[in-house]
Amino acid sequence: MTAVSNGVTKMAIEHSEIEKIAVLSHIRITSEEIGQLAQRIAEILQMVDQLQAVDTHDVEPMANPLDAVQRLRPDEVTQSNRRDAFQAIAPAVENGLYLVPKVID
Amino acid sequence: MHTKSVAQLAKGLRERQFSSAEVTRTYLDRINALDGQYNSFITVDESAALAAAEAADERLANGTAYALTGIPIAHKDIFCTDGVRTSCGSRMLDNFVPPYDATVVERFKSAGAVLLGKTNMDEFAMGSSNESSFYGPARNPWNTDLVPGGSSGGSAAAVAGLLAPAATGTDTGGSIRQPAAFCGITGLKPTYGRVSRLGIVAFASSLDQAGPMAHSAEDCALLLNAMAGHDPLDSTSATVATQDYCATLSDSLDGLRIGLPKEYFGEGLDATTGECINTALKELEEQGAKLVEMSLPHSSLTVPTYYVIAPAEASTNLARFDGVRYGYRCENPADLHDLYSRTRQEGFGEEVKRRILVGTYALSAGYYDAYYKKAQQVRRLIKQDFMHCFEQVDIIAGPTTPGPAFALGAKSNDPVAMYLEDVYTLAVNLAGLPGLSLPAGFVEGKPVGLQLIGQHFGEALLLNVAHRFQQATDWHLRTPGSATEGTL
Repeated sequence: MTAVSNGVTKMAIEHSEIEKIAVLSHIRITSEEIGQLAQRIAEILQMVDQLQAVDTHDVEPMANPLDAVQRLRPDEVTQSNRRDAFQAIAPAVENGLYLVPKVID
Repeated sequence: MHTKSVAQLAKGLRERQFSSAEVTRTYLDRINALDGQYNSFITVDESAALAAAEAADERLANGTAYALTGIPIAHKDIFCTDGVRTSCGSRMLDNFVPPYDATVVERFKSAGAVLLGKTNMDEFAMGSSNESSFYGPARNPWNTDLVPGGSSGGSAAAVAGLLAPAATGTDTGGSIRQPAAFCGITGLKPTYGRVSRLGIVAFASSLDQAGPMAHSAEDCALLLNAMAGHDPLDSTSATVATQDYCATLSDSLDGLRIGLPKEYFGEGLDATTGECINTALKELEEQGAKLVEMSLPHSSLTVPTYYVIAPAEASTNLARFDGVRYGYRCENPADLHDLYSRTRQEGFGEEVKRRILVGTYALSAGYYDAYYKKAQQVRRLIKQDFMHCFEQVDIIAGPTTPGPAFALGAKSNDPVAMYLEDVYTLAVNLAGLPGLSLPAGFVEGKPVGLQLIGQHFGEALLLNVAHRFQQATDWHLRTPGSATEGTL
């Protein structure tokens, strides 16, 4: 990756960097996919790089379009337990627990 | 029957000219006969629809009916429906049957509307053509070689093809307005927070909003009356009071100030599309509106801003699909990481994976400030452009899309070209504003959409302007040949 450029540099992205974000994203990618994926993502990042030319000094980042903040509510129980209904659609459960491959030997 | 508006159907049901069972049967028969050419539905549950219609008929008979009681509608397959598969257009959720209803679905149920089925969509609402659906692309009823737009392409195609009188959609960057424009129908994206997001499979939480899609503004107003309102279960739901969106539909446009952003009429706009828009604006001018030229100086930055923020939020939201609690799970995982990464490799399609990777990149250590924070700052500048304009005008108008519907396959291998399709719609989501697309003419037989952009919580004015336009024009009444040929 040519780091964050001034918006005119031709973007490239290392295959190792794609592999790293694939691990972070928990998405397996094959070695056959990686070349085209790197090219597509580089094209997207190059388009996005126009942002670097904008003066945003003193501009407050906006996370919510109405600048709303998280509403709080009284700490009261309002929902009933529906474990059985939710676990009925799980791939693998046993005795009320979700089953996954063994994590610790 | 199938050419009636929601308002006409509601009147006929109230006056017992026909029953909900008859109306519902008509649409189910049309879906069976015609949806092979549109692929607009992913799931249709005939027996549940007919049972709901019978229940509606009882309410109509005993005087407990509401405005939408007995009206068949279709929901985009992104809204959770209790006991009905909700795929979100993805292999990941191909087997997902939610144990609860989205608030929007629940509201329509309470109102007595009849669910016909769940409509096709781009996978996880990521797309502008409906081609990224796991269930194959939906097609445009005006010409089945063309895309219907996306991501709510199935809803738009179902309404345009007269397979449902109205449908719901969601709009994160144009996903109601762009398919409405491509299919020649009316679609409204309300203000961020106006309609509850609870039970809508999340894509980009600070941008997502649900809205109605129908032939006319009047029908959209009827649907919005049922959809809008505060939901304590959605922490971003607005507490601003709703209004009767039908009450002001016919108000005069005399003195209305309409802003025309020069950036929406410049390079990139198809010339014939531009002519349709100008003709439509003249009609509004004849009704007393005043056209004001203006500028949204940060318009060229909406696509890059959106394509940081939306993938970043998507990468976080889609982390929940892990093969553990619901949805797809890969066969024989070797260990936990293999379970996660192979489930996601096999369960997600190409565009969804690409956006998760881009979003993860933008949020990763060393890049967060340069991408995500920067995009959030530019987002504020984009919103400020609109706020400045609204000091001088009441609404903003322009084209919904740079040109009419394109052919299937024309842009599916070029993500950036596809992203540019949404150049006029993305800013509305970034600024949280309401936006509406309505039919405004044709280019070589392909519908053109006029976009109206309102101030926050200004849905009633948009619907009013659209309704007045539709009282003077008949673009929204045109129907495609593919929907009216044959015996049905």
